[in-house]
Amino acid sequence: MARIRTTVDGLVYEDDVEPRMLLVQYLRERLGKTGTVIGCDTSNCGACTVHLDGLSVKSCSVLAVQANGSEVLTVEGLERDGQLHPVQQAFHDNHALQCGYCTPGMIMQSIDLLGDNPDPTEQEVREGIEGNLCRCTGYQNIVRAVQDAAQKMKPGATASQPASVAGGGA
Amino acid sequence: MTTVENNAPAQEIGRDRRRKEDRRLITGRTRWTDNQALTGLLHLSIVRSPFAHAEIGSIDTSAAKQIPGVVAVYTASDIGADAVQLPCAWPITKDMKSPQRPALAGSRVNFAGEGVAVVVARSAAAAKDAAELVEVDYTELEPVLDMEEALKEGATLVHPELGTNENAQWVFDSGEAGSGGSATEALSAAEKADDQVVITRRFRQQRLVPVFMEPRSTVVDPSGEQLVMWSSTQVPHILKTMLALTLGLPEHKIRVIAPDVGGGFGGKIAVAPEEVVTLLVAQKLGKPVKWTETRSESLLTAHHGRDQIQDISMAVTKDGIIKGLDVKLLADMGAYLGLVGPGVPILGAFMFNAIYKIPAYRFDCTNVFTTKTLTDAYRGAGRPEATFGIERMMDEVAVELGLEPMEFRKKNWIKHEEFPFTTVSTLTYDTGNYEAATDQAMQMFDYDGLRREQEERRKRGDVKQLGLGISTFTEMCGLAPSRVLGSLDYGAGGWETASIRMLPTGKAEVVVGVSPHGQGHETAFSQIIADKLGVPFEDVEILHGDTQSSYRGLDTYGSRSLAVGGIAMVKAAEKVVAKAKPIAAHMLEASEDDIEFTAGKFSVKGTDKGVGIQDVALAVFAAHDYPEGIEPDIDAHATFDPENFSYPHGTHLCAVEVDTETGFVQLHKYVCVDDVGTVINPLIVEGQIHGGLAQGIAQALFEEAPYDESGTLLSGTLVDYTLPSAADLINFDTANTSTPSTTNPLGVKGVGEAGTIASTPAVVNAVLDAVRQYGVSDIDMPTTPFRVWTAINSAKGTAGRADEADVASPGAGLGSTAKDMPEGGNL
Ligand code: FES
Ligand code: FES
Repeated sequence: MARIRTTVDGLVYEDDVEPRMLLVQYLRERLGKTGTVIGCDTSNCGACTVHLDGLSVKSCSVLAVQANGSEVLTVEGLERDGQLHPVQQAFHDNHALQCGYCTPGMIMQSIDLLGDNPDPTEQEVREGIEGNLCRCTGYQNIVRAVQDAAQKMKPGATASQPASVAGGGA
Repeated sequence: MTTVENNAPAQEIGRDRRRKEDRRLITGRTRWTDNQALTGLLHLSIVRSPFAHAEIGSIDTSAAKQIPGVVAVYTASDIGADAVQLPCAWPITKDMKSPQRPALAGSRVNFAGEGVAVVVARSAAAAKDAAELVEVDYTELEPVLDMEEALKEGATLVHPELGTNENAQWVFDSGEAGSGGSATEALSAAEKADDQVVITRRFRQQRLVPVFMEPRSTVVDPSGEQLVMWSSTQVPHILKTMLALTLGLPEHKIRVIAPDVGGGFGGKIAVAPEEVVTLLVAQKLGKPVKWTETRSESLLTAHHGRDQIQDISMAVTKDGIIKGLDVKLLADMGAYLGLVGPGVPILGAFMFNAIYKIPAYRFDCTNVFTTKTLTDAYRGAGRPEATFGIERMMDEVAVELGLEPMEFRKKNWIKHEEFPFTTVSTLTYDTGNYEAATDQAMQMFDYDGLRREQEERRKRGDVKQLGLGISTFTEMCGLAPSRVLGSLDYGAGGWETASIRMLPTGKAEVVVGVSPHGQGHETAFSQIIADKLGVPFEDVEILHGDTQSSYRGLDTYGSRSLAVGGIAMVKAAEKVVAKAKPIAAHMLEASEDDIEFTAGKFSVKGTDKGVGIQDVALAVFAAHDYPEGIEPDIDAHATFDPENFSYPHGTHLCAVEVDTETGFVQLHKYVCVDDVGTVINPLIVEGQIHGGLAQGIAQALFEEAPYDESGTLLSGTLVDYTLPSAADLINFDTANTSTPSTTNPLGVKGVGEAGTIASTPAVVNAVLDAVRQYGVSDIDMPTTPFRVWTAINSAKGTAGRADEADVASPGAGLGSTAKDMPEGGNL
């Protein structure tokens, strides 16, 4: 067992973990952060993507002990005061999810992508989310959502007040 | 009582509502089965055979039992898993051969990945560690891998007790059915006639894996009065009934819950061995137990799809009129029969004739057992295979006859004024307009412009050659009329159920029997109910996927949720209104005859007096004052059994660029115009089409589940089973035409499978169109760079050889004109 101390979605946790425990298992099984999911066992699908110290990682390819002393952000930590993150909002607005299983990972990867490239072309988005698989959407609306979020997140855009999601509203 | 306000809510049907279900999915507040964490929960890991075909000798569990945290290790007989007969609900013929399919193998394994033992432990990790220490003695048997070999005399038998590897042969002959002539006669007449030809092709439908993104998972809690099973399933109701029948459990003591389910595509239509094992272990230990598969387990053991060899012959006049169609299929069942596995190819029987007027048709399908993972429904189930066969054939015949491929189709398809049309395979297509969809698609695609560009690239000898592919398709969906299913020996009906509960505050809970896994039911169904009851969209809650609230249903597959389930909702809403009407009349002190209902309000004709349906709900809750002789309740329940399938159709056009030096195929443009009847929510329809296209295109270009000569699956991880990523696909141009279905009151047709059914042949036709000029006549799917490169280079080496019957004449691509073609008679 190894003792680790992490900050996950703004809260500090200290736990003893098996050295071989994966970060995604730690999040799901120990912290109850089941918003982050597992889609494969070969680091191909990206369903488990979170941010580790501000950079996107596949949490199935990181050991929990490697997160010691780090900050982890999951999809569950994106909302601010009940306001969705602009990328979450854009996924909703653009019907960028169906079953939603890939969605947490897609959103986390897209945020990372927009951090690197605030105004990506369609092709840049496609390449930027290449490590995240979706079986439902054919990606078209995901690409659209990421580009939409990019517009909304531009300085001066009104992304800080995203429209309410509750009850739909077409 | 309120007076009627003139602010009728906006029509919800047809509106691009953002989805209700998104909020929980984008914030991570989801309830996947694997998220279940019950006190004292134990975890399973299944020990699986590495061999395709082997006798099981001794099993030594002693080392596994030493791992800390291991609670038990069971072999099949320890929990009675070997005696279980997992159900097949579709005995396609009376004498179908059906092997016993156990939950865990007792004495023999019949495919690599079959479970032989199970470890129960406090953690999933401990269970997995221990599973690796279970020692199983196997004596290897010969695997059975090739369908044609499997049917030969003296072949090794997958199940020696059956005496054959043939599961069943199923034949439809329009001459015998009276729905057309004899295809055999049509073909032999064509062979003799000067003005006709018979063209024969063999196509291979490779084996695919559905790859829903959420791996399967099952949790069973046996501690309550009802045993509760959470499962990542498309079919909670069928699962509940089948568990009762299969295991002899009292049905009322089982509750099945399908919580959030992360995709299915047919892959979660099952009574899975693992579901049964989880239940048996939970019962044995009296503790809650969870099984969650790894992706590799999923690829190896969850059912696969497709896998057919298609031999197709078409008799056609030289000027392009189809005279007869003969289809012979071999369909690989794998080692066992899944829930509807043997019926999957049979669904295709009705679709090979597609949108065409074919006077004589024969379909002859033989299902074969092999030592591979079983096959069952995968998006489209039988219909993509059929659509591929006929649409590839239409291009092949057009090439042979020197006809423009769309012109050839036009000569043969059912014209819009000919609907309703009864086909040679006995279905009656209610509505459709192939001309309208095609015209729109051709225009969006700029078909003529792309043909010109193709010609220019050919002339220039570009490295990147353009190919155009067509697929004009229809499908039967909305499974299904119960009587039709009965006539096909299907083990259940095809009706669907909905109940509406009007709550005291006027909100509506709608309980449905269909069970979503990404389709957006909560949103689309709320739109329907909002319109039919005249209540706000936000005031409707759709309840599904739990047999305790939704006790009656047949679940979600075959594009049936809207076309069948949606109609049950409409019928239930009509009953609510009918029950509320006398009460509203009473409240308004008017005669029921004078009451009309519009947009949620009952009003007295010719006055401004009215009462809302939501107020009636409150009035029956209070029940202080209601008419004599009726019950104070406006809730309603309805079951709808359709009279017919629905028949969406569409025209799909694909342009690809083939790099002739590397064989790499790049999608260049994809246009589709689909007629899915009335659209409830255009956003959801578009999303369904996009996702369907991606899966159909993936079959054409990327995906395959091959086995090696020892029967080992070669695509056992997502490294090898190559799902397309965003970078592999392009933006699709989609549009809709609409001829509302006349077989249901909403006018809807299904949309869930259309994209997958239509797209595969469009892509392959395009790839071939690019490279036929080099003498290539066929390329197996997926058309990987290696295969395309090989095809180009070997054809170049042999092009022009007269004995090379399947190599078309050089230069004779589909874009070529008739002058490039040899005379029809020389074919
Ligand atoms: S779970 Fe698939 S990449 Fe992490
Ligand atoms: S929405 Fe289902 S996998 Fe992406």
